[in-house]
Amino acid sequence: MTEFVSQLGADVMDSVAYVGALAMLGTRAAYYTFVGPFQGKRLRVQSAASQAMEVGVRALPILSLISFFIGLILALQSAYELGKLGAMSLVAKAVALSMSRELGPLITAIVVIGRSGSAFAAEIGTMKVTEEIDALEVMAINPVHFLVAPKFLAMIFMLPCLTIWANTMGIFGGALFGVAQADFTLSRYLQASIESLYLRDILSGLVKSVMFGVTITAVGCLEGLSTGGGAEQVGRSTTRAVVISIFLVVAVDLIFTGLFFFLGNA
Amino acid sequence: MDQRHQSLNQPKTAISLRGLRVNYGDTEILHGIDLNVMAGETLVILGGSGSGKSTLLRTLVGLEKPKSGQIWIDGQDITAISNDELYEIRKRTGMSFQGSALFGSMTVGENVALPLREHTSLEDSTIEIMLRLKLEQVGLAGFEYHMPSQLSGGMKKRAAVARALAMDPEILFFDEPSAGLDPIIAAGVDQLILELKKAFHMTIIVVTHELASAFLIADRIVLIDKGNIVAIGTTEEMRSSAHPRVRQFLDRVPEPDMEGELDYLQTLTEQYRRHA
Repeated sequence: MTEFVSQLGADVMDSVAYVGALAMLGTRAAYYTFVGPFQGKRLRVQSAASQAMEVGVRALPILSLISFFIGLILALQSAYELGKLGAMSLVAKAVALSMSRELGPLITAIVVIGRSGSAFAAEIGTMKVTEEIDALEVMAINPVHFLVAPKFLAMIFMLPCLTIWANTMGIFGGALFGVAQADFTLSRYLQASIESLYLRDILSGLVKSVMFGVTITAVGCLEGLSTGGGAEQVGRSTTRAVVISIFLVVAVDLIFTGLFFFLGNA
Repeated sequence: MDQRHQSLNQPKTAISLRGLRVNYGDTEILHGIDLNVMAGETLVILGGSGSGKSTLLRTLVGLEKPKSGQIWIDGQDITAISNDELYEIRKRTGMSFQGSALFGSMTVGENVALPLREHTSLEDSTIEIMLRLKLEQVGLAGFEYHMPSQLSGGMKKRAAVARALAMDPEILFFDEPSAGLDPIIAAGVDQLILELKKAFHMTIIVVTHELASAFLIADRIVLIDKGNIVAIGTTEEMRSSAHPRVRQFLDRVPEPDMEGELDYLQTLTEQYRRHA
């Protein structure tokens, strides 16, 4: 029993230390992005732009398809219940709200974790193993400034953009069902979707997506930077980056959704 | 001119180590190293695998933090200064890594130009000229648009040296310059170090386990074993040394207790039992 408790205690301590390390890395990346440029430290716009291309633009095809399907699934699922109540006209509202408040940001985050969170860990992990990170240090180039900050900037900019795109595609997915099965015309469906959304619905989703971006960057880069040993460790770091990112994104989601809920009711 | 002669006559210390102890986790790797490196000399740190020579080099450039002791470079103890101050010192040193550590996503030219782009406000055209010059110095003229993956092992090493030379360093560190190279290519790298030594009068510190290369390039040799300095001296002094460890290393006598004495005893007993 005491062994179990002490093990639990050690695990909790490790988790707290891990979150602390994430926060520290995130803060340093934020420093180089928002404060550094005013203190003569270069903002790496070019590097950030190419990261944004990789993180954002290249994710569009797969993200479009997935969020379109999710929108369609949402429409089908809500129609199952709403149809019984004879309230098929509410399908548009149900899809628009759940996409922009919750699923748009979340699905975007999951896709970005799979594409970019893992890539960050693999890229930085490989550089760690081949001594490239040490080489940066020895050349007096800060690895966080050089590698993490551009990714950070790209992510906090691209995740909200991708989220808006995912929301839109989800609504179009719902519209496919609405037009085919629920006597909507496309323009009426879109009209109904827009009317059911308040600015705060979209904004709360976007705030969450920025936080997801910070989380995914911090986890991916921290896992990369803490890669030790040889090539097989890079694989482990990549896996850990994906698993931990998914968990933390959901946890951050819960925290912010709770926060918005109580703030909205207050 | 007078001053220069004076400084040549009275060599100044470039790096000074005082009671340096370094740990990996709970294991102490270096047990109190005291060492002076003179400005302009080529010092070879010689030792077997696991002797702590690579750890010593990593500590010297600030990649490992010592548990205690001091490292004085240019009048500053780098174990006690801020990161920004350490970066200022690093701008005046260069290092060539064992695996060359070129950035795989950049061309050879971009690799060499990186420190210049980061630390100077030189025009692109000036940087272009400088990187060509550096590549020429290491015998890689015309390779600036190649990717590191297109280079052979020896060429990668040379490109890494060019990158280390980019900022015209006062001190140059080499980690196992001939590791993983065939003897002819390795001799070429040794030759390059000799040329640099002759051309620039830099302080050069080389970590290696290659005896031939050590005696070829060194002014002085430090032999490290199990985290302690065993012997230090000029190449002649080392050759004529009567110190048992130095002799063992130089005459390449294998160690009976490679795995530790207990393990060795155990294998002996097992062999004995099997025969009995």
